[in-house]
Amino acid sequence: MLADQDRIFTNIYGWDTYSLAAAKARGDWDNTKDIIAKGRDWIIDEMKKSGLRGRGGAGFPTGTKWSFMPKVSDGRPHYLVINADESEPGTCKDRDILRHEPHKLLEGALIAGFAMGAHRAYIYMRGEFYNEGSTINRAIREAYDAGLLGKNAAGSGWDFDVVLHRGGGAYICGEETALIESIEGKKGQPRNKPPFPAGAGLYSCPTTVNNVETIAVAPTILRRGGGWFAGIGRDEKNTGTKLFCISGHVNNPCNVEEAMGIPLKELIEKHAGGIRGGWDNLLAIIPGGSSTPLLPKHICDTVLMDFDSLRAVQSGLGTAGVIVMDKSTDIVSAIARLTHFYMHESCGQCTPCREGTGWLYRIMQRMARGNATIEEIDMLLDLTKEIEGHTICAHGDASAWPIQGLIRHFRPEMEKRLLDYRKDAPHDIMAAE
Amino acid sequence: MKKHVDLTAAYQPKDFSFRDMSQVAEILSRYPKGKQRSATMPLLDLAQRQVAQDGALANPPYGGWIPRAAMDKIAEIVDVPPIKVYEVATFYSMYNLEPVGKYLVQMCTTTPCMLCGSGDIVKTCEDHLGIHMGESTKDGLFTIVEVECLGACVNAPMVQVNDDYFEDLTPESMKQLLVDLKDGKDVTIGSQKGRRTSMALSGTTTLLDQADKLGVKKAI
Repeated sequence: MLADQDRIFTNIYGWDTYSLAAAKARGDWDNTKDIIAKGRDWIIDEMKKSGLRGRGGAGFPTGTKWSFMPKVSDGRPHYLVINADESEPGTCKDRDILRHEPHKLLEGALIAGFAMGAHRAYIYMRGEFYNEGSTINRAIREAYDAGLLGKNAAGSGWDFDVVLHRGGGAYICGEETALIESIEGKKGQPRNKPPFPAGAGLYSCPTTVNNVETIAVAPTILRRGGGWFAGIGRDEKNTGTKLFCISGHVNNPCNVEEAMGIPLKELIEKHAGGIRGGWDNLLAIIPGGSSTPLLPKHICDTVLMDFDSLRAVQSGLGTAGVIVMDKSTDIVSAIARLTHFYMHESCGQCTPCREGTGWLYRIMQRMARGNATIEEIDMLLDLTKEIEGHTICAHGDASAWPIQGLIRHFRPEMEKRLLDYRKDAPHDIMAAE
Repeated sequence: MKKHVDLTAAYQPKDFSFRDMSQVAEILSRYPKGKQRSATMPLLDLAQRQVAQDGALANPPYGGWIPRAAMDKIAEIVDVPPIKVYEVATFYSMYNLEPVGKYLVQMCTTTPCMLCGSGDIVKTCEDHLGIHMGESTKDGLFTIVEVECLGACVNAPMVQVNDDYFEDLTPESMKQLLVDLKDGKDVTIGSQKGRRTSMALSGTTTLLDQADKLGVKKAI
């Protein structure tokens, strides 16, 4: 278990206020100027040493991402965009940073902005987080009043502005290029890449999009050293601390900061009070937000919670939104509901996703009732493969993975349901065909 | 998802103007010169809030929505053809393009909430208000809609009423919330089980020294 002195988010539950004075007492904004004085290369190098991988789901190394920004401006301004569009089902960690630790985010924004040559950051926050947005705006005003943002921010000699942009309720805007389109005042439809945002992003200027948690941990990493962060976790590719969100059929659902690579079973038993009815009552767990394929109990018994351990069992860490399902769960309906989510949130740009997610949902609805034939399970699997990899962004892939996970691990359950239904109501099957 | 919108409906007012142009100017100032189109979304939100303010005083009351006249006005301000604003307004789920009740109850039913009983919460609302999902009560007070994940999964099941989240609901606390809103009583935002934000209900498992100092409950 992670030691308390190694936790970055010491006000994650909001025991204390978010205000600047309280944040400073917790160690935020402590000699930010000195960190910036060490220069761009030192910051990026230290971030690389820390092994930090993006906390928004894809897990791309943060230091490397920052280094993609042009070293010298060609006259176009650079932008840092912070992705606070947290909408992945099962995920509610960034909300706690926004409402309880906003100054960690703002300090991180200044440092990251400096490291990539940006004088302005936009925080793109999902519109539903209205109260969290008010908190962020108050924190921004506090920081300006104290000289920590604005001209010569924190006495660093670097001018830096932070602007909050509220979204309008669209999951797809968590995709970085859709998010950029949305800030530009358009529908949130992802762009083709290349060009990548580091070359031409917001207003066609060099842009880096980072998750809230990624930016918020940066100041602590730089203060305590990349080596400290790299020393926590399972191995050199899965380092540091991570906020986990544990929801569903556990006795005490909660958010908690833990070490990367903690065993899933330990995470749930230590922090979430265990599975309802005991560990043996576990059916399956979605380990990293709705897009990651579910894991049946026998894998959950031993799997570690980090990028590569979860990839090795054909799933992923994603956003670390752990959705727990006990034996009372109708697993086919639970996944069908996710399919409805992906259908609803498809932006409609690419045909395989726009049409495919609707097909998936309609078939999944029948599968949930049992009103389908055994062959249709293969057809369903085939359909997911036709969507996966054939769209501009990963939304198509994300709609396919939960169903692939279901078929991989629960095919016998699906078949049983179809056979039972056929026994009870043979005429409906004919009607469906 | 396609959103229903009727630009020529009888309920569409003829004109719309922003009451406070200084707020419009502040919004435009957030974006670089020449990039005023970025202000489209904040202006849509501002229009919806202005309508909500009017609606709170009206009899019968109504909630925030965006008339066509407001979208046309925004198009003028950000200097794009009106269709570009309609496009944005219909794309995002939070912009209401037809009148809604004073209290817009958005019910999350995505899997984490579903696992924790959002179905019962929906049924409680429908039964108590006597309306179905997507409908409004005749007194203009309530509209209930189904929404996708609102990002408060460890506090499931939850609903959002206008700007506020109500979490850790039971059918009883959901019903009480509707009664209190109707009676104009104060309501508690956040957890309805009295827990601190996303901390475990049984008490914290981390930051134990701090918990001792602040008198926060620890899990045994």
